[in-house]
Amino acid sequence: MSAPTTTRPRRAPAGGSAKKHRLAVSRALLWPALATSIILTQVPFVMTIFYSLQSWNLLRPGERGFTGLDNYVSVLRDGSFLSSLGSTVAVTGTSVVLSTLLGMLFAVLLDRNFVGRGVARTLMITPFLVMPAAAALIWKWSIFDAATGMANWGLGLVGLPPVAWNTELPIVTIIAVLTWQYTPFAMLILLAGLQAQNKDVLEAAAVDGAGPIRTFGWITLPHLRQYVEIAVLLASIMLLQVFDPIAIMTRGTGGTKTLSYLLYERAFVGLEVGEAAAYGVMTVLVTIVVASVALRTLFKVFSSEGIGR
Amino acid sequence: MTRSRLRATLVTAATWVLVLIFFFPVAWMVFTAFKPERQAATVPPTFFPALTLDQFEAVFNRDMLPYLINSFSASVGSTLLVLVLAVPAAYALSIRPVINVRDALFFFISTRFMPVAASIIPIYLLLQAVGGLDNITWLTILYVGVNLPIAVWMMRSFLAEVPREILEAAQLDGARLGTEIFRVVLPLVMPGIAAAGLICFIFAWNEFFLANLLTAQVARTTPPFLTSFVDGRGQFLAVLSAAATVAIIPVVLAGWIAQKQLVRGLAMGAIK
Repeated sequence: MSAPTTTRPRRAPAGGSAKKHRLAVSRALLWPALATSIILTQVPFVMTIFYSLQSWNLLRPGERGFTGLDNYVSVLRDGSFLSSLGSTVAVTGTSVVLSTLLGMLFAVLLDRNFVGRGVARTLMITPFLVMPAAAALIWKWSIFDAATGMANWGLGLVGLPPVAWNTELPIVTIIAVLTWQYTPFAMLILLAGLQAQNKDVLEAAAVDGAGPIRTFGWITLPHLRQYVEIAVLLASIMLLQVFDPIAIMTRGTGGTKTLSYLLYERAFVGLEVGEAAAYGVMTVLVTIVVASVALRTLFKVFSSEGIGR
Repeated sequence: MTRSRLRATLVTAATWVLVLIFFFPVAWMVFTAFKPERQAATVPPTFFPALTLDQFEAVFNRDMLPYLINSFSASVGSTLLVLVLAVPAAYALSIRPVINVRDALFFFISTRFMPVAASIIPIYLLLQAVGGLDNITWLTILYVGVNLPIAVWMMRSFLAEVPREILEAAQLDGARLGTEIFRVVLPLVMPGIAAAGLICFIFAWNEFFLANLLTAQVARTTPPFLTSFVDGRGQFLAVLSAAATVAIIPVVLAGWIAQKQLVRGLAMGAIK
């Protein structure tokens, strides 16, 4: 991988105009991606804000008009928003915490040398790769079905009565699927963290007579902190927008009506464009709060690599 | 010594038990796909069915192929477009810093935080107005919008690792920008590009929300198509399992083959 050698004369040392030229080139390289992003994500959002200030139902196209903040007032009065916010926090929070804890367990187990370690890791990452729509369908019909599901068969083996998962405990089925899909994700990141540990330090601890548990608590965990942060953060960002299992498994019943699903329902079932747009704007505001906390952490993690130099 | 060996064996056994429990739903799905329908959902479960390929035949008789092809077009197309846009942008952000790198990065990543649901209404209405619903090209373009920020962010951290000396040497030798990018930088960050491409492909292949809302017949992709196998009269589990098995194969194989890239990609390049 050597630099190409040419016989052209060397460039003049960077002066003012050369520097300007470099900046112009940089901007030209950045511009296409930036413009694409703005057109595909920001413009629709600005339009959403505009729609949210209108009374507009697709069933009554003639009655479209500007109503100011009326939609927001009805959104806050409705109560659906707050309960939906609660569902989102419950589903996302529980799934992220469980995924991280299980991911930590599997990462520690797979960090050892044992027979078939590579195969075990390959099997473990599979749930993350499975299409969420497929995962939702299989868990609902093959695992959680009250009569023929494998979950109740397993309970029966240990003498427990069957549970009507899909009808009585929809939120459990959603959290189970999400945890199953995101545990491998947390595991991979934490495993990378474990493998980045300084082996000399671990050996020194062993020589000093620290047992595995003390070593883990005093040396490994502090070292893993930033990896845990990355895992929690990225999983939260993805799970805050969760939609697929809810649309496929529960249709928002039993406390699973998350913000994304609520908005979808208002817009595409109720055809209330103005109101749904207001839900959209509120959802973004909530996400911004979560994301700004998250981003600050991200930049702290990344600044060790010198962002914004 | 023997005590610690015994303990190690026990931990290994426990590890395998847990891993197999975790993998069970996938294994059971693949197993169910080879059962005749009447043995798919039974009490107790059928462990020794009359194995058959009927379900896979049924899946393709229901014309799964066009849906798979649509998924491929949207995934491969959007991944290539994303890389074409993201690599130069990331290069500008890392190697030839623009004045406000931080703001640009912040912008890119913040678009990813924004729920797609928040901009779906205007997108839907606009596509309806221009006749772009049920059109695979438009779906591909929207996937570019979804995946571009992740790719820019990832590529930036891969490019930041390119040793400055190499670039300076190339510049001193009078290499032009094109040469610098194609002959010097790209070969060095090929693994990073592979990682970014893999992640974009996975997300696009598995995407359900946009595909479900914006496609109907012609441009339908695999994830929404899968839900059509659930039928109210019951007796669909084997054929659903077969369709789901076919649907997950491309991404599962890609992820298995490129595990190293997967880890780096998932952590957006934050992990070496």
